[in-house]
Amino acid sequence: MLAAEASEEFHAPGPADFEFPPIIGGFSKPMLIILLGTLAVGLFFYFAVRRAGIVPGKLQFAAEGFYGFVRNSIAADAIGREGIKYVPYLATLLAFLIVLNVSGIIPFLQFPVTSRIAIPLFLALITWVIYNYVGIKRQGFGGYFKNMLFPSGVPVAVYPLLAPIEFLSTVVFRPITLTLRLTFNMFAGHLVLLLCILGGEFLLLHVQGVIGFAAGGVALLFGIVMTFFEGFIQLLQAYVFTLLSAVYIGGALTHEH
Amino acid sequence: MEGNLNMVGYGLAAIGPGIGIGLIFAAYISGVARQPEARSVLQGIAILGFALAEALAVIGIGLAFAL
Repeated sequence: MLAAEASEEFHAPGPADFEFPPIIGGFSKPMLIILLGTLAVGLFFYFAVRRAGIVPGKLQFAAEGFYGFVRNSIAADAIGREGIKYVPYLATLLAFLIVLNVSGIIPFLQFPVTSRIAIPLFLALITWVIYNYVGIKRQGFGGYFKNMLFPSGVPVAVYPLLAPIEFLSTVVFRPITLTLRLTFNMFAGHLVLLLCILGGEFLLLHVQGVIGFAAGGVALLFGIVMTFFEGFIQLLQAYVFTLLSAVYIGGALTHEH
Repeated sequence: MEGNLNMVGYGLAAIGPGIGIGLIFAAYISGVARQPEARSVLQGIAILGFALAEALAVIGIGLAFAL
C-alpha cells in the first residue's frame, strides 16, 4: 500500500463470500433466488401456452422457439429420432439452469445459485437416474452393463483395462464431472467479478492517488467487460449441461457407437 | 504477501486444459474454414470437446480451494 490513507487491508474475495446469512429464519438469499427462478420458468411456460393458438403470440413464439431449439439442436443431434421423448426434461433443465446461472449478473440478485454445489449435484443425479434407467430398460440389466463394460470391436486383451475405466467413467465420474463443471465455472466466474469490482472499489476509494485512480478505473472497466463475458459463459454452461445430459441419454439408448 | 500456494499450483495445472481447449477450437476453426457448410455439425462437437477438456481445469480449481 503506497498511500498512507489506506485505512484497512484489502481482503481478497474467497469461498467465504458464497455463504449468505439467513434473511428470515433460515431462508437465505440463494433460496430466494431459486424460488424466484422456479416461479419465472413456471410462469413463463404457463402463460406462453395458456392460450396457445395456430398464430402464436409474442410469448408463445418465444417459448416455441426455445422448445424448438432444444428439440432440433440438442435432442435430435445428441439422441436421434427417439430424442423427442426427452425434450420436456431437457427444455425444463435448460430453462431452469439459464435462469439460475444468469441470476449471477442480474442487478440486485447478483449471485449465481448454481455455484452452490447442491443444485448442480441434484440436477446431475436426476440425469444419472434417467440415463441409467433408460439404458437398463432398453438393453436389460445384464445387457446394459455388458455393452458398457465390454463393447464389441475391442481386442479381448484390452478388456481387463477397459472395463474398470468404463465402469468408473459411466457410473461414478459422469455425475461428478457434470456437477463440478457447472459449479466451479459459476464459482470462478463470480469470484472474478467480485475481485474486479471489490478491488476497483478499494483502489478508488481507499488507496486513491494516481495509481489508485488509474488501476481502480481499469479494474472497474474490466469488471464490466467480465460481466458480459460471464453472461456468455453462464448461457454456454447451461447449454453444455443440457447437451451432456442428452449425450448420456443417447449413449444409454444405443449400444453400438 | 498473503495467499495460498495452492493457487500457484492451480495456475500451473490450468496450462494443460488451456492447451487442450486451444487445440480443439483450432481444429474447429480450420474445419469451418475448409468447409463452411459443416459449421452447425462441427459446433456441437467442438463445444462437447471443450466441455470435456475443461472438466480438468474445473476439477483443479475445486481441489485448489478444497485441499
